[in-house]
Amino acid sequence: MTPEIDVLDSTLVARLQGELDMQVTDALRSALDQALNASGAKNMLFDLRLVSFIDSSGLGVILGRYRRIADKGGRLAFVNVEPPVRRVLELSGVLRISTEFQDEQQAIADLAQGGLA
Amino acid sequence: MEFDNFLRIEFFSRPENVGLARVTLAAFAAQLDYTITEIDDLKGAVSEAVSNAIIHGYGNDPDHVVKIVAYLREGELEIVVEDRGYGIPNIDEALRPGVSTVPERLGLGFSFIKSFVDRLEIISDPGKGTRVIMFKRPGSQSSDARTN
Ligand SMILES: Nc1ncnc2c1ncn2[C@@H]1O[C@H](COP(=O)(O)OP(=O)(O)O)[C@@H](O)[C@H]1O
Ligand SMILES: [Mg+2]
Repeated sequence: MTPEIDVLDSTLVARLQGELDMQVTDALRSALDQALNASGAKNMLFDLRLVSFIDSSGLGVILGRYRRIADKGGRLAFVNVEPPVRRVLELSGVLRISTEFQDEQQAIADLAQGGLA
Repeated sequence: MEFDNFLRIEFFSRPENVGLARVTLAAFAAQLDYTITEIDDLKGAVSEAVSNAIIHGYGNDPDHVVKIVAYLREGELEIVVEDRGYGIPNIDEALRPGVSTVPERLGLGFSFIKSFVDRLEIISDPGKGTRVIMFKRPGSQSSDARTN
């Protein structure tokens, strides 16, 4: 699993991979929390290109981290959402509280401007 | 014969077995003419039900048994996910979207299952365990019905 995490222009960029179910939630949660604590990043961008599956356990970790940044006006964004994952994001309503971008650069530039979602 | 084929698996209530259950059931389901999206939906439904058995049924204790039985019957797949754990005291409450008895869980598992399959039945006996029964037929409209 081990997500690849960068912080660019106050946005935490997490490139996740594999199947995001209850087997990986603890590791994912602590990796993201650690990166958020260390960086103080305002926004979060998830690159889901290598994620082939997500269920409500995996989604819970993402939304739990979002709750942390949302309190301070941070935004949640996604790139490369593949069909099986998109379905779950749609069903849960997550796509309504987040922004989807074409690619990482565009996302980071837009999020850095602090515009509204 | 009451059914055309069946599968029965049992495994310990451990997180690493959730993925195993998903792929095993997806392989069994491939005997019917499901689309890729429908197979993804079945994987999602199995993942939610098995995770619930481990997390809620057994309180994450890894040494209990989760059982899955699947039947192919006249072109329809029935999947039964069973635990002998705590049980669900109030099924109506458990089915409400956004309601979880565990902090930081979304309470969306049963809502997802309802969207992923044609029909969901829950039989539970507090103190004895829970049986989650899911039905899905290829080409049925459930995969597009995204309400409730
Ligand atoms: N197998 C089970 N045994 C006992 N309780 C269960 C079981 N499955 C579900 N539940 C109860 O139903 C609630 C809702 O389940 P679900 O919709 O999957 O949400 P979540 O797993 O996020 O809590 C759970 O919080 C739990 O209280
Ligand atoms: Mg659940």
